Amino acid sequence: MSNNILRKNIIDLLKGGQRIDGRGLDDFRKISIQTGVVEKAEGSALVNIGSTQVIVGVKMDVGEPFPDTPGEGVLMTGAELTAMSNEEFERGPPGEDAIEIARVIDRTIRESKVVPVEKLGLDDGKVWMVFVDMYTMNADGNLIDAGTLGAMAALMTARMPKYEDGKVIREPGKALPVTGKAVAATFAGINGHILVDPEEREESVMDARLTIGMRDGKIVALQKGGNGSFTDEQIEGMFDRALAHEKKLLKHLK
Amino acid sequence: MEKPEYLFKNGKRLDGRKLDEFRKMKIKVDVIDNAEGSAEVEFGKTRVVAAVYGPRELHPKHLVMSDRALLRAHYDMLSFSVEDRKRPGPGRREVEISKVLSEAFRSVVALDRFPRTGIDVFVKVVQADASTRITGLNAASVALAHAGIPMRSMVTGVTFGKIYDDKGKTYMAVDVFKPEDQWGMADVAYAKAWNTGEVVLLQMDGDVTKEEFMEGKKMADKAMEYVYKEQVKALKSVYEVE
Repeated sequence: MSNNILRKNIIDLLKGGQRIDGRGLDDFRKISIQTGVVEKAEGSALVNIGSTQVIVGVKMDVGEPFPDTPGEGVLMTGAELTAMSNEEFERGPPGEDAIEIARVIDRTIRESKVVPVEKLGLDDGKVWMVFVDMYTMNADGNLIDAGTLGAMAALMTARMPKYEDGKVIREPGKALPVTGKAVAATFAGINGHILVDPEEREESVMDARLTIGMRDGKIVALQKGGNGSFTDEQIEGMFDRALAHEKKLLKHLK
Repeated sequence: MEKPEYLFKNGKRLDGRKLDEFRKMKIKVDVIDNAEGSAEVEFGKTRVVAAVYGPRELHPKHLVMSDRALLRAHYDMLSFSVEDRKRPGPGRREVEISKVLSEAFRSVVALDRFPRTGIDVFVKVVQADASTRITGLNAASVALAHAGIPMRSMVTGVTFGKIYDDKGKTYMAVDVFKPEDQWGMADVAYAKAWNTGEVVLLQMDGDVTKEEFMEGKKMADKAMEYVYKEQVKALKSVYEVE
């Protein structure tokens, strides 16, 4: 279906308060999270938001700290929009969409300080490196919220490898310290309507997108995306809606 | 630099500014001869040059759109613009910033007037003292206008942040500079299409309540008017004759 026709259909439905898949404007799709899905990983999670499915894994290694943060662990987040997960995605190095998604997930996890990197230093001056990588399995929109949930769930269940005599021993040791929970809620703006958790068809016709990262009722990250814009009132409205969704999203991170 | 004991004391920030006060701002138009339009903007020690090429033939060809131009911003920092040398060429941070800058302009520039072409906006950070993407956005906006490319509005941006005093009390402040960016509790990049008030760029990292955000945004909206007027003044100055 051409995008113009799809956009018109979606807007016509929105005028009556309806979405193309029957949801209300403030409804997330059904969310499920399964942890411990990859034994070789330090922590892992498979997240479904509707038919969007992503897998997130945590791997840890020992390395050098950044020069400006000696004694602090290093947290890195990557994202791959795999060609198998959507016909629009192509093979090759990460493009700007994948880079943006990874950096927005990273921002919520990092700025919420749920991983206390200052506790990830080692006695010999080296530090733990925590790599969080997301791969899309089936991409049907809202990859940022799915990836953030997955990253959080994988981190919360991660067991650190052991480190003895300068060597990493790949046996599950103690739990990775995680001091809280952060989540993200993403909204799409389509012709003046604001809807949460856009699916792919909605993303393909949206004007703009806003992701709100949160921890403990506070905002820790923001990212506007898309070629369009939002009004002041719309932004304030999204803040209120996002903070209400925070509580519901947290229920999935036990 | 060690984390300072405070970023705000006795009504003053570390560089002597008030909470709602901008750094010294300079805008120069027409700084690159070869470009269709160009500008250099300084916010204190942050200095960014923007240059516009196009509308021109677009490569690679598969990006060509039959009904409009493709506007692309290309943000990067000179290797010596920061304390520790930046590896030349755009990294992941630069790719992301280029994306959000491009998106900030696409709803404002009349791209449908130039089908099948490309408009390139090069944004080079010459010296960085925080707020580089917003300084670059303000420069790009002036450069696009200087290039004579029709726009629905100037695009104008400011940053704001959350800083602390020696008693641990926090405050919102506009136009953050390096120590506030590095040690403050939040950092927001924020831009609007001035004529319509549409928010075309919004990014944040940090930790704020909704109320704190709204307070900072209010200050930023006021500061934006100041930046907008400077942009217009700089543009007019190029065309004025004695």
